[in-house]
Amino acid sequence: MKFGVVVFPGSNCDDDAYHAVGAVLGEHVEFLWHRSEQIPGCDAIILPGGFAFGDYLRTGAIARFSPVMRAVERFARRGGLVLGICNGFQILLEAGLLPGAMLRNRDLRFICRHVHIRVENTDTSFTCAARAGQVLKVPIAHMEGNYFCDPETLADLERNRQIVFRYTTPEGRLEDSANPNGSLAAIAGICNRERNVMGMMPHPERAVEAPLGSADGLVIFRSMVESLTRHQTGSNAEVKASVPA
Amino acid sequence: MIGTEIKITAEVAAEHGLTAEEFARVQKILGRDPSLTELGVFSVMWSEHCSYKSSKVHLKRLPTTGSRVVQGPGENAGVVDIGDGLVAVFKIESHNHPSFVEPYQGAATGVGGILRDIFTMGARPIAVLDSLRFGPLAKSPDVSEEEASRNRRILDGVIGGIAFYGNCFGVPTVGGEVQFEPCYSNNPLVNALALGIARRDELFFARARGAGNPVIYVGAKTGRDGIHGASLLASAEFSEESQQKRPNVQVGDPFMEKLLLEACLEVMRTGAVVAIQDMGAAGLTSSSSEMASRGGMGIEIELARVPQRETGMTPYEIMLSESQERMLLVAERGHEHEVFDVFNKWGLDAVEIGRVTQNGRLRVLENGNVVADIPAHAIAEEGPVYKRPVAPTKSPEASAPLVEFASTGADLNENFRKLLASPAIASKRWIFEQYDHMVRTNTRIGPGAGDAAIVRIKETKRALALATDGNGRWCQLAPRIGAMHAVAEAARNVACTGARPVAATNCLNFGNPEKPEVMGQFSEVIDGIAEACRALDVPITGGNVSFYNETLGRAIFPTPVLGVLGILEDADCALGTAFQHEGDAIVLLDGANAAVCNSGENLQREFSSSEYAKAIYGVVAGAPPAIDLSAERNLIDCLIALAAQRAIASAHDVSDGGLAVTLAESCFASPNGFSAEISLKTGQAVEFALFAETGARAVVSSSPASLARVLAIAAQCNVEARPIGKVTRGEFCIELNGRPRIRAAVESLRQIWATALEHALGNE
Repeated sequence: MKFGVVVFPGSNCDDDAYHAVGAVLGEHVEFLWHRSEQIPGCDAIILPGGFAFGDYLRTGAIARFSPVMRAVERFARRGGLVLGICNGFQILLEAGLLPGAMLRNRDLRFICRHVHIRVENTDTSFTCAARAGQVLKVPIAHMEGNYFCDPETLADLERNRQIVFRYTTPEGRLEDSANPNGSLAAIAGICNRERNVMGMMPHPERAVEAPLGSADGLVIFRSMVESLTRHQTGSNAEVKASVPA
Repeated sequence: MIGTEIKITAEVAAEHGLTAEEFARVQKILGRDPSLTELGVFSVMWSEHCSYKSSKVHLKRLPTTGSRVVQGPGENAGVVDIGDGLVAVFKIESHNHPSFVEPYQGAATGVGGILRDIFTMGARPIAVLDSLRFGPLAKSPDVSEEEASRNRRILDGVIGGIAFYGNCFGVPTVGGEVQFEPCYSNNPLVNALALGIARRDELFFARARGAGNPVIYVGAKTGRDGIHGASLLASAEFSEESQQKRPNVQVGDPFMEKLLLEACLEVMRTGAVVAIQDMGAAGLTSSSSEMASRGGMGIEIELARVPQRETGMTPYEIMLSESQERMLLVAERGHEHEVFDVFNKWGLDAVEIGRVTQNGRLRVLENGNVVADIPAHAIAEEGPVYKRPVAPTKSPEASAPLVEFASTGADLNENFRKLLASPAIASKRWIFEQYDHMVRTNTRIGPGAGDAAIVRIKETKRALALATDGNGRWCQLAPRIGAMHAVAEAARNVACTGARPVAATNCLNFGNPEKPEVMGQFSEVIDGIAEACRALDVPITGGNVSFYNETLGRAIFPTPVLGVLGILEDADCALGTAFQHEGDAIVLLDGANAAVCNSGENLQREFSSSEYAKAIYGVVAGAPPAIDLSAERNLIDCLIALAAQRAIASAHDVSDGGLAVTLAESCFASPNGFSAEISLKTGQAVEFALFAETGARAVVSSSPASLARVLAIAAQCNVEARPIGKVTRGEFCIELNGRPRIRAAVESLRQIWATALEHALGNE
């Protein structure tokens, strides 16, 4: 199993994602330069946090035109797992792989702190190892994480169970004071309809070692590994089944 | 002969900030009149900011060597061996004047500048701390609403600028401190400290070698921004026209700096780089002349080849531009293409603009015509050195009326609440949540959680600790003792996390050095730092002097800021300030064995310089607490031993606001809302016992089972350890001689402390 972490000019959580997957989870992981047009042999792609291309123009607006994004789009259409974290989420929105847009945080300031998010759906490849309603303590660090979309899109997201995480209190209650940035419907993370592309503003890669404050983010990476393992075993079984006895 | 547009006279030189004697010296070095470009080169390189001409004679008294010191002052940053073949590269630097003129960009480029100092040596920056000083945020009889509101605006801009630059660059801002005094109203202090990690055998230095080697310009293009930033902004007092100096402030692009970082670290791995130096103050001038001078070589550059962002720039402007995010490097001849390839990959300019020569001269050409030709060593090293007149320090505050202690029957609860709400004591959460303090996933103890920041070093068991401290009020009252306290408190803060203090960096913020009493303060402060650094075994490895912190003739308090670096052998032993378990014993450690029985008047004198005296009585008077460096040393040893043997669960030093504030903060930091029940016997005045800031003390907590071990370890270290209470879930209560003097619900106190800064800023 191989994870790929995309490096855009200005990505700055690429090393952290690499460390979380490689050193903490013990999975094979490689960096993918933004100019590469191929992502050979990757089973999952992470678009890391940071300030790709300085976030000039608009967050993620320039990064989506990087050559690697064409490969990521093809990969996603074929059902490959794509996780966008923070700036990676913003890039997925700009690329149209996820619906909606980001506004500036409600109080117009950058916010870095641990928040609590509730797992709203476990039937995704990113949350299948979590319990429904499980509350995770994960840090945020962003200026533009105030998720917004039109009412029709929100209704779609709800109907198709695409809202994966919501900001809540530590006890899992939806309260305005627990919503750090003013996100619509307290949305912290969403997936596409096919459930193989997810974007989230909180940083699970910063929450994989208890001594740094929380290891709750591990469940997201474990879900990805579990889902890929199941899928690989499944496809191996198919391959075997197709071999004439 | 070099053609020049205008006749350079002593008057023209004076307009460039050179004195008549300095101008004569220039003429002597050149054997002729300088060209305008040459005059510009001398004026920036011999400015106070770049040449240290007023401070040099004093800085020599600082201890700068030690078993771990790999590189002391004189390079881009200090270097300390931290084991496993790794070194810590760190330095603190000021960006005070630009931050007053343009708070956001001034602070941002301050962070950018210190980061380049770190990665130009081959180290990847892993942490930033900021030591900030502002004027009062609230209107008072002495502070107009206009002034207070400007101070709030400056603070807002400075914090925003630091966050903007550090967050985008991807370095965690993990700590620092903020203080408020009226003297900083028109002269805020922004001191940024950066720490990086490198392999010891992969360090880079700014020493040109190899005649014929190419000199390559990399990074952002050169514009007209920041011309004379070092000489006009940083080396002169401010007047009412200072806002017009805004064009002298540089504009930062942290994205460009991030690319420059990655490209520089990558190009260093190719083996093609001989020497490298960032273009900070005095830009192309300082980087070229210093690299040449340090390597004992010369450098010749052609300005027409310098990437430029504007047209029609004169040689003078190109040489003096302080455009940000640029570096100059010397490559191995024949390997230029390895350099170009890396910078091309990162989308950055890399242009060969000249070569290393053997003649020891900085020769600057414009389209083949010589516009400057100066011995490099003369510019970089032979600047004027002044032994400026030194007058005894006299501060009006030192003879001001002292605090009269409240009567024994006074209710101190209200005073305590007021103290917790003073901006100096209140929670700084509003500030540090705007900084990304977690990126790079090394932050074991971040802002607000410990007395020092702790960053782990991945792939080793070790972690590094960093703290900054400096009490301007104390230095104003008694510069030498105040400076010793700055060293001692920073070292104590590092030790509270369990780390061993090993080295220091200093940022010395002062008024106009041409005033004998300012030089008197400076000299005293140097002596104090030197004595304390020797006693605590923390050599100074670098830093920066910032003079001319005066506006309209009013100087700031002398404000030395010390950054102390510590090594924690086992990152898992890191200690925060928060109480951890209900029922744990609370122990007051006192390196001076408490009973230093000062006379009544001495107590009053040192109490009058405390945060409490200022916040409650509006008094700044007396003297700093007496300092006992051997007591500090014993306490440091004790704290390290307690942490290493895992005998305690928390540690927090007693400083601003005294014992009562220390205890409250350990409660506030605990996620479980723990409280403390304290009982003390004392012969001192009640206010003194609760709020005095006597040094060499810390509050630790331990499980009841470990208490005996704590007392034994303390005894071995010759530190008095007094169990004074326990961690509870009840009310916060401090009882003196059997009588409760402070008693309140801990949550009500926490609320006051947690929201006071936001209230003061009008951002609730």
